[in-house]
Amino acid sequence: MRHLQQLFGKTMCNSSSTPVLHGYFRSSCSWRVRIAFALKGIEYDQVPVNLIKDGGQQLTDKFKTLNPMQQVPAVEIDGITISQSLAVIQYIEETRPGPRLLPTDPKKRAQVRMICDLIASGIQPLQNLYVIQKIGAEKVQWAQHFIERGFQALEPILKETAGKYCVGDEISMADICLVPQVYNAERFKVDVGKYPTIKRLNQTLIEIEAFKVSHPSCQPDTPADLRA
Amino acid sequence: MHISLACLAKPVLHGYFRSSCSWRVRIAFALKGIEYDQVPVNLIKDGGQQLTDKFKTLNPMQQVPAVEIDGITISQSLAVIQYIEETRPGPRLLPTDPKKRAQVRMICDLIASGIQPLQNLYVIQKIGAEKVQWAQHFIERGFQALEPILKETAGKYCVGDEISMADICLVPQVYNAERFKVDVGKYPTIKRLNQTLIEIEAFKVSHPSCQPDTPADLRA
Repeated sequence: MRHLQQLFGKTMCNSSSTPVLHGYFRSSCSWRVRIAFALKGIEYDQVPVNLIKDGGQQLTDKFKTLNPMQQVPAVEIDGITISQSLAVIQYIEETRPGPRLLPTDPKKRAQVRMICDLIASGIQPLQNLYVIQKIGAEKVQWAQHFIERGFQALEPILKETAGKYCVGDEISMADICLVPQVYNAERFKVDVGKYPTIKRLNQTLIEIEAFKVSHPSCQPDTPADLRA
Repeated sequence: MHISLACLAKPVLHGYFRSSCSWRVRIAFALKGIEYDQVPVNLIKDGGQQLTDKFKTLNPMQQVPAVEIDGITISQSLAVIQYIEETRPGPRLLPTDPKKRAQVRMICDLIASGIQPLQNLYVIQKIGAEKVQWAQHFIERGFQALEPILKETAGKYCVGDEISMADICLVPQVYNAERFKVDVGKYPTIKRLNQTLIEIEAFKVSHPSCQPDTPADLRA
């Protein structure tokens, strides 16, 4: 079916073709989308975009047409292309059946979104590849600083909102954002043990199938030396 | 029947006149016709009033805005705005169509994750001497991406012909761009949309130039 689609130069059957995730195994934002697909039981194709090789494959003109911001993830789904992981995830939530990724109660939804945005606006953009390349020599301290700052805020928030998971006892987008950010923290040698609620939640979540199958260590583009 | 008194109290916005994230929330309240109180948090005075222990209990991230509403406190402007959307009647802040909703959120997040956090006060204070170039760089980078996206999605407003959260995010970001001397004329769709939006009452009444904490020399 995909061959025919390529032959005709466009998607023939919009809502029945498999979504395509353009991502990178180690991109925490791409991982968020992979978790969401897995939680919903949605099959999808992956087109790896290596952020390091060839000067960064996200910088090609071809990828720029998919996402002018030249970042991963970008997802082709239902005939459109969506960038920004949380926009993708909420689109999936609103169009696919399966376990809810947001609670029904508006106040709990606000708490989930607050946690997601603290991570997705308050931490990750300050320590992503583009920014730390710009910072240069002091990149590790810079990244550690912003992760620690964010986790110092997240810990008391989660202490209030969390039950079994980040908000109450149902998995939500907050959990989807937390786990990849903890992975980033560990990559930058942040001691997550200082944040007991974050640590406890992460330990619970990483045992869940959707979080395991989407883990950076076992993606199609995971290098051999980093495979689980 | 239990009626929470908290739901009868007016929302309280802890914000700063010139904070673009606070302005987003002010626009949303104005579009929905919601009355609210403001408690100014001066980000410069006294070393930054957002750094007090008192404010930290409201928002551990020590940022504005933080909104007390219906008995809870919500930080992160887009979480506040979607809460307002889901609990108050009035003009929609998100379209009904899921694909258009995705486009609105994509534009919001490009701004709220891809531009503003890289040029907010905390970060540029950390950058130090080269702060203007740093801020300009990230605003230009974001606008270079936003321009072709908006060229595709925009009608009268950012996405189609209805005002949405995308417009709410755009106008304050253009204001920031102008503060950092970015030539917005290089981005004709952004410029055109901003010019349309700033004439709308909700965007005017919430403008940084006319807030309770606007300094005299910056008042309209």
